[in-house]
Amino acid sequence: MVAYTNARLLDPATGMDCHGELLTDGETISAVGANLFNGNPPDDAVVVNAGGLCLAPGLVDMRVQLREPGEEHKESLRSAAEAAVAGGVTSMACLPNTQPVLDDEATLEFVARRARLQALTKVYAYGAATKGLEGKELAELGLLAEAGALGFTDGAVAVANAQVMRRVLSYAATFDLIVLQHPEDPSLAGDGAMNSGEMATRLGLPTIPREAEIIMLERDMRLVEMTGARYHASHISTSDSVDIIARAKEKGLRVTCDTAPFYSALNELSVGDYRTFAKLSPPLRAEDDRLAIVEGLKCGVIDVIASDHSPQDQDSKRLPFAQAAFGGSGLETLLAVSLELFHNGELSLLDVIGKLTHAPANLLGLDAGQLRVGAPADLVMFDPDIGWKIVGDYFLSKSKNTPFDGRPVQGKVIRTVIDGRTVFEGKPHAHAA
Amino acid sequence: MSDPIFPHRQLLGIEGLSPLEINRLLDLSDPYVSINRGPEKVSGSLQGRTVVNLFFENSTRTRTSFELAALRLEANVINMQVGSSSVAKGETLIDTAVTLNAMHPDVLVVRHPQSGAVKLLSEKVRCAVVNGGDGSHEHPTQALLDALTIRRRREKIEGLKIAICGDVAHSRVARSNFYLLQTLGAEVRVIAPRTLIPSGLERLGVKVFTDMREGLKDCDIVMMLRVQIERMSGSYFPSMREYFRFFGLDREKLSLAKPDALIMHPGPMNRGVEIDSDVADDFERSVIREQVELGVAVRMAVLELLAGNAIAESATTKAAV
Repeated sequence: MVAYTNARLLDPATGMDCHGELLTDGETISAVGANLFNGNPPDDAVVVNAGGLCLAPGLVDMRVQLREPGEEHKESLRSAAEAAVAGGVTSMACLPNTQPVLDDEATLEFVARRARLQALTKVYAYGAATKGLEGKELAELGLLAEAGALGFTDGAVAVANAQVMRRVLSYAATFDLIVLQHPEDPSLAGDGAMNSGEMATRLGLPTIPREAEIIMLERDMRLVEMTGARYHASHISTSDSVDIIARAKEKGLRVTCDTAPFYSALNELSVGDYRTFAKLSPPLRAEDDRLAIVEGLKCGVIDVIASDHSPQDQDSKRLPFAQAAFGGSGLETLLAVSLELFHNGELSLLDVIGKLTHAPANLLGLDAGQLRVGAPADLVMFDPDIGWKIVGDYFLSKSKNTPFDGRPVQGKVIRTVIDGRTVFEGKPHAHAA
Repeated sequence: MSDPIFPHRQLLGIEGLSPLEINRLLDLSDPYVSINRGPEKVSGSLQGRTVVNLFFENSTRTRTSFELAALRLEANVINMQVGSSSVAKGETLIDTAVTLNAMHPDVLVVRHPQSGAVKLLSEKVRCAVVNGGDGSHEHPTQALLDALTIRRRREKIEGLKIAICGDVAHSRVARSNFYLLQTLGAEVRVIAPRTLIPSGLERLGVKVFTDMREGLKDCDIVMMLRVQIERMSGSYFPSMREYFRFFGLDREKLSLAKPDALIMHPGPMNRGVEIDSDVADDFERSVIREQVELGVAVRMAVLELLAGNAIAESATTKAAV
């Protein structure tokens, strides 16, 4: 038994935000609340005095790109799991765009087994929506779901063909499975490297217009209406995307969406003088879009914040901008950058934590993301105020490609607990510049 | 000592340069024009120095111009035409930069098909670097030679109305010229079909026209851009003959500009696509050949200045150590 005392308990599922205690017994939470022990924790419990810091459900990151199997030089399951627990992430859902693609039970099982061996963050996976992520033939959605796939997506590429997408949605609806889309029309995105606008024009770079996202979302809403499927739009990045999702929700469609801290915290100016670490997919947008994403989080249209962790090695990034790989490392900065929304007065602390825990867990049907008696003791203890500077070189992830490099942030993970075991302890001043 | 007005050892672009710096480069170029026209063309100011022309993209004109400029300064010149073959061998741009840096050249002139590639390479070398054109980003020596051509014909650039016509979306020449000509006080107009106008272009300060007749009205200078026929036709506009009809420069459209308006083109020209031979070869109006001639003078000045700055810089660093 472990007794966490003197903590600010945050449980978005119940709206609890109070000073109190939490007791874990083995792998589960056995008691939680204010004045739990009246000053006397059980004698056989190990006492962890939180010193007034926040104690919340461990983060549930619903969009992480794994590089194992296939590209272990960029990230292994081990390094991803270490990065995750350092970031306070206790459950993560991974895209099927590994090599080989997660489009059969064997590869899905391989990932699950390898992840269990790390005994760190709980790793879940999405199955491919189409075979080989080629956007042509349906993958075996039913069998993959039985093997544990949480949902279906073609990962970092959209299911572009409308007829194929219609069938994916329609077939997934048969089993009530969720389909996640990377909303970007590939014919409009082409070989684009950044958002279109003044910045790209100055730099002379090929562009991805925001309409590539908007048009794909508009189309998908029609297909969702047609098929009645559950649909989740990943990492939305434009103001119009927020409007489209809002309208779909009003209509009663079973639609949800997430965004990544990249899109609530950065705009296209981060590209600066061809900084390839700021080359993301979707591309960083204009300031108006960033503000709309923050607004979307505030008003609840955007359900979830996910890291969109996309590790890339030096060789994929130290190239001329248009040739460099897309993606940013995100696991270790997920909490701190999301907390900017709280520090800037946009969202309450409980709301920020809710979008990182309860909302994604609920959406994916995971037993996680809440401080409920009987629930797995997956916890994160963090100091919401402590200041530090993000330095990619200090990441535990194998890849250091963060667009936030050098950014001063507030909020730091002090302890991460999975199934009652402490798997990470942060030093309050490590990483601090 | 580094040049007091232009102390940099790199010329990666025109964006961000002050009028003072641009005029310094033009002033230094000017004397080389007459030297190049005389019998004694050679000055020994870069004697014993090494200039490497590192071209990742095919180029005859620009490379020859830089080569001639370096030879007239008595530098040793090495031309490296890096085709797609060495990319296939797996050597990255950064490997190439590090390798070259180890050989201690004095000046690198780099052309690359990717925007930003010359900057990336310049971060890994200690010598002087001249951007000889990177993707659709900048081509600073071309803009300088254009400005020198205009300045010698019109005394000053300030107040002139200059139309730049054609594929602005993919043109590094256009971008460098926007910055340079506007920094020196000219009014820059862009004339092109909507498909070749990148988004947010107005934010660069230029006036955008899609009707060539309207755009050319009262212009002092008409600068035509090369259309990359093989890449453009059928996707950005329907056909060459349609392009010429609406955006090609001929005698009739030219009559809307000022009667003494000059015609410019960075070359090589597609006669009958963006420009009619009749106006391209007009002795009175076309300064296209003069642009080529002045290019050598500008490049001599740039090479000499940057090499001098780089040498001064490394001397200071050594002294500090």
